[in-house]
Amino acid sequence: MYKLWATLVKDFRVLWRDGVGLALMFVMPITLVVVITDIQNSTFQLINKNKLPILLVNRDTGASGRQLVEAINKIGMFAVLQLPQNQDEKTISDSLRKKDALMSVVIPADFTRKVVAKSKNTAGKALTSFGLQADSAAQKDLGEIDPLTLYYNPVLQESLRLSVKGALQSALQLVESRQTLRTLYFDINEKPLPADLEGQMLNNKARINDMPVSIGGSMKPPNAAQHNVPAWTIFAMFFIIMSLGGSVVREKVSGSFIRLKTLPTSYLVGMLSKQITYIIVTFIQAAVIFSLGIWLFPHINLPGLELPHDLFGLFIVTLLTGWCAVSFAICVGVFSETHQQNNGFGAIAIVILAAIGGLMVPTFSMDTSLKAIANFSPMHWCLEAYYGLFLQNGKLGDVVSYLVPLVLITLAFQLLALWGLRRKNLI
Amino acid sequence: MVNDVLAVNIENLGFHYPGNDGVTFSGLNLKVKKGQRFGLFGPNGAGKTTLLSIMTGLISPLKGKVELLGHNVAKHNNEVNHLFGFVPQDFSFYQELSPVENLAFFGAWAGLNRHEIKTKTDELLHILGLDSVRNKQVDKFSGGMKRRVNLAIGVIHNPQILILDEPTVGVDVQTRHAIISYLHELNKNGTTLIYTSHQLSEAEGLCEEVALIDSGEIIAQNHLEALLIEHKKESLEGLFLELTGKEYRNDV
Repeated sequence: MYKLWATLVKDFRVLWRDGVGLALMFVMPITLVVVITDIQNSTFQLINKNKLPILLVNRDTGASGRQLVEAINKIGMFAVLQLPQNQDEKTISDSLRKKDALMSVVIPADFTRKVVAKSKNTAGKALTSFGLQADSAAQKDLGEIDPLTLYYNPVLQESLRLSVKGALQSALQLVESRQTLRTLYFDINEKPLPADLEGQMLNNKARINDMPVSIGGSMKPPNAAQHNVPAWTIFAMFFIIMSLGGSVVREKVSGSFIRLKTLPTSYLVGMLSKQITYIIVTFIQAAVIFSLGIWLFPHINLPGLELPHDLFGLFIVTLLTGWCAVSFAICVGVFSETHQQNNGFGAIAIVILAAIGGLMVPTFSMDTSLKAIANFSPMHWCLEAYYGLFLQNGKLGDVVSYLVPLVLITLAFQLLALWGLRRKNLI
Repeated sequence: MVNDVLAVNIENLGFHYPGNDGVTFSGLNLKVKKGQRFGLFGPNGAGKTTLLSIMTGLISPLKGKVELLGHNVAKHNNEVNHLFGFVPQDFSFYQELSPVENLAFFGAWAGLNRHEIKTKTDELLHILGLDSVRNKQVDKFSGGMKRRVNLAIGVIHNPQILILDEPTVGVDVQTRHAIISYLHELNKNGTTLIYTSHQLSEAEGLCEEVALIDSGEIIAQNHLEALLIEHKKESLEGLFLELTGKEYRNDV
């Protein structure tokens, strides 16, 4: 027992004096958590609180053009900057390139005339089908309404552009429906549609309630912190590969392994000590990052992190995640001949495991083959287990199915490291 | 009775690296008596370090018997590891730690308790002139100071056999003198020394018996004086050059 204690003391001393390793394990992941949460929170806010700047050119002079401008303003997700009617396309392009706004909508010149013509045509057909005589049916068909033009800066993500298009389509639909209703009403009653009736018919839309589904029954929608803090805590834990893998390589390169092998103690004591030391480190990482999420985020205008109700479950998931990260780091350290190999392979491997594990892009959005590959990333199972606790408010029992594959992958890393040590005659 | 036991007994040793890359031993025999100051010399690539690695159990022989004080090294049990101390050519310790911290760790792995480590650490740091820097990180030390730390770790558990692979390489005259004096002192107290070096003049002052090894074979072994008389040479260096030749040796 004294041998293990002496080894633990040695490992903590070596770690404490490894300034670069400590910085990599703590400063970089913490920075990453804050930055990524802020970015993702800004995206959430873009839809909900912040407004997306948009340039609007209305070349139409009629009522429908004005109604469309009003409808776009009412959507609520845009900060509309209306440009002069005759603004040329080059100026619009220049503004987008300078990022005054990322999108611009141009309403065509004869928008009202064509909307009116289309509505008369539609109303006439409707009245004819009702068996009534249609005054407006005689309106000459002017063809389809010219499309609105949506200019956009290519930096705009496709998903955001599609949601903008959807919102514009709604506004357009509203204008066309209003015009058709008015025409129909006038043709039947030979008087204009009363404003209050028009309001009731067009604005009384059924609401949509979005409800997060949770194991624990909570209906509270998760925020960017609940999504990002667990994900990037996992990433931080796996980042110990720089320090731990480097420590294994250093012992091999410096010859300490050789000396240790000539002493009457199994090197497995050394391996056990390293695992205990670095599992403690991963706990400290998790505690620091969770604390920042709880106490610092609200002070820097980020949503605060809420810990799951099952703290024992959180402890077990963190322990197994840390153990897996430690096993992976030792495994890479055993097979690396140099620090460059350990750090290079380690860093790239972590990014790949994070990417396929769903830390960067959710696994549900991956194609089938990538989803199958995700199962081989330990980070995928860590993330699923954490999300089960943080987002769905589940208990340990609810996430056991994610922990079993995680433990199996960890054991595979352990066995591989042992095999590597034996093959290299180090134990 | 005890004196009859050999410190090192190697019989019919067979070994080669995978792919026959490097030195090959084919039926090598070597005996070193207990309490001797024994020197093993040879040009680069002759097989000195490989032979020491086999003696210490770091490498397993393909055939033959290797015993330290009558214990079979192949079994590499804790008993054998308690018997010898090894001072490798490289600085095989933690440079981020101080001498005291290194000795505390390696002492524990050598099987000493806290009290024994404290007593032995104080003694060794005093003898090897490291008292004033006992709590300073070793990576700030000169090469000579690091050599002394390397030696201290090798002897912290009072081994009966001390195996040293070029323990004085790259050190100044004072450090060399201190190390050699300490080795004499250890030997007087009964420690068998197995020593390799390219410092042949230094070896003449230390070793009673020497073996010359070349291409994996022991080409001469006897008391130093007897060998010099036999080959009509005045120095170990002259004897060395006569038996191993003057050509360059490239050890890759």
